[in-house]
Amino acid sequence: MHELTLVEAINDAFHVELDRDPDVMVMGEDVGRAGGVFRATAGLRDRFGPERCVDTPLAEAGILGSAVGLCMAGWRPVCEMQYDAFSYPCLDQLITHVGRYRWRTGGKMAFPLVVRMPYGGGVRAPELHDDSPEAYYVHTPGVKVAIPSTPADAKGLLTAAIRDPDPVVVLEPKLHYRTMRGEVPEGEHVVPLGEARVVREGHDVTLVAYGAMVPLAEAAADALEASVEILDIRTLKPLDEDALLAAAAKTGRVVIIQEAPRTAGYGAELAAILAEKAMLDLRAPVVRVTGYDVPYPYWQIEDAYMPSVERVVDAVQKVLEF
Amino acid sequence: MAQVLPAERDLRRVIGDGEAVPDGEVEGLSEDDLLELHRWLVRLRAYDERSLVYHRQGRIGTYAIFWNHEAMQAGSVYALDREDWIFPSYRESAIGLLRGMPVSTVLSWWRGHPAGWWNPLDFNVASICVPIGTHVPHAAGLAWGKKLRGESTCAIAYFGDGATSEGSFHEGANFAAVMRAPVVLFCNNNQWAISTPLEAQTAAETLADKAVGYGIPGVRVDGADVLAVYEATREAVARARAGEGPTFIEAVTYRSAPHATADDPSAYIDPARVEEEKERECLGRYEAYLRRLGLLSDEAAEAVRAEALERMREGIAAAEAEPPPDPSLLFSHAYAEPPASFESDLAELRRVLGA
Repeated sequence: MHELTLVEAINDAFHVELDRDPDVMVMGEDVGRAGGVFRATAGLRDRFGPERCVDTPLAEAGILGSAVGLCMAGWRPVCEMQYDAFSYPCLDQLITHVGRYRWRTGGKMAFPLVVRMPYGGGVRAPELHDDSPEAYYVHTPGVKVAIPSTPADAKGLLTAAIRDPDPVVVLEPKLHYRTMRGEVPEGEHVVPLGEARVVREGHDVTLVAYGAMVPLAEAAADALEASVEILDIRTLKPLDEDALLAAAAKTGRVVIIQEAPRTAGYGAELAAILAEKAMLDLRAPVVRVTGYDVPYPYWQIEDAYMPSVERVVDAVQKVLEF
Repeated sequence: MAQVLPAERDLRRVIGDGEAVPDGEVEGLSEDDLLELHRWLVRLRAYDERSLVYHRQGRIGTYAIFWNHEAMQAGSVYALDREDWIFPSYRESAIGLLRGMPVSTVLSWWRGHPAGWWNPLDFNVASICVPIGTHVPHAAGLAWGKKLRGESTCAIAYFGDGATSEGSFHEGANFAAVMRAPVVLFCNNNQWAISTPLEAQTAAETLADKAVGYGIPGVRVDGADVLAVYEATREAVARARAGEGPTFIEAVTYRSAPHATADDPSAYIDPARVEEEKERECLGRYEAYLRRLGLLSDEAAEAVRAEALERMREGIAAAEAEPPPDPSLLFSHAYAEPPASFESDLAELRRVLGA
């Protein structure tokens, strides 16, 4: 174990995986010479060379599109999208090819690529440096989606994504890149995709969250007198449905926290599953605390947009009093 | 850096007209090569003409016609080695036939049947790209990835004139150029994107001019001259293998058939112009060339055509003999390891279907 920040844990995963597997390569804007604008890929170009840590042209569709071809040539490319909201040009490739190519070859060709990006707000950045676009990615068939909330999971989920035979999108909570430190296993560390994590056990109410909303859930739980169970979804697709249903059944009261706009967000999928499969376990309506259905705002008013401890506490009180 | 050649305004030609324009020849092509190229052209022509019939008979679905595009496909593929990769658009749907892909596979694809899936590794032919130009970065990536592995494999990506307006074309071409990827960007400029004419597509004087902006050579050839296409592609492949990066080839022809079976061009194309273009279609021109050389008799031409048509008969029979796809095929190949939900989804589907 060593104590690392979240972004250091990601960097650690890269060093271990590029060393372990000569087919793994990293590509993106400013990932090489600069080591990434957040330094997630620092040191890789010096250690593994400019052909395995590639500074690309400024072209998100070109990055992901050429990664498809690299897979065909036997590589396992890890593509960095510099920011959440700058990733959208790559959605064309993701939707029309990345998520479909294996299927259209009848399963004969694998596309073991990774798309990773910093996501989320709270960092007081200019417009479009702070989106929470997970629903777009989750909605795309043929790809998996993971969002870590701790340094150890950031390393372990990225490692699992790199080793996975299918395309995986990893969104990293940029708010916690440097503000969160934690114990991280040294060397190879895999957190399997599709396994949620019980963050803390409780019996009155269950908070369901992922990514940057997990520490918020913990802060809200600290502010509450009730006994709070917290479930970190970790892998949005494939979802650990058993863990979700178990956490819901345990308390009968569920609050889902999501930073993205509300409508058709990932929280709606969780709520729908609970409506379909947990009705007899529920003692109150499932409530969502989300961003609003507005453009992600400029940073002087972003606190009003973001789910907060106060809003989570309020939602918990509602379901407890129902 | 790559030498930037100005686009050649005049289309490169090899085949003459039997009158004022003399025939040329391509160095290194034997008589056997010339006749094999003829068989390739006829195989593609037979595929296309029969597919239109099969569509009208309700035996395949909507089909993108490639009549008079055969020279661009056969001529360019003939310049490749077997290990080189082909990235077709839907206009090149049957290009895999030139690599030994069964006719029934391509017909199944147009029948919307999973028997139309193929393993690209079997033929080094990527899946047919339906959205415009989005496969250009794939070809760039494949070629770049092979180069990184020290292999001499090239890639060729086919797209139309309309695709040069797409962002993916630009990103792929720029990527290929920056990475000096051994790739040929092959534009079949048939001057129409469904109903949109070239002048509504670009303000550039020629599409090959776009190559200058990427720092790569751009050349223009007569797309109905199979030998000119072959020669231009052979030069591009040689450049690529020599480590000099991509070449943009603009092969100019005229779309003398509807965009697809669902299209009626009488609304936007002058039929007289189409008839004019049909006079100089690529197969007829090449057969006339071979006859002038004394390499093709009526009997031989008929035998080649009969053989191609027989392949089509066998192909459609095989495609139609495919059993209806089982619903499990919905789920079986989307992921290497299907999520747990697929099993219950399939069970539920079978229960409801009673299948």
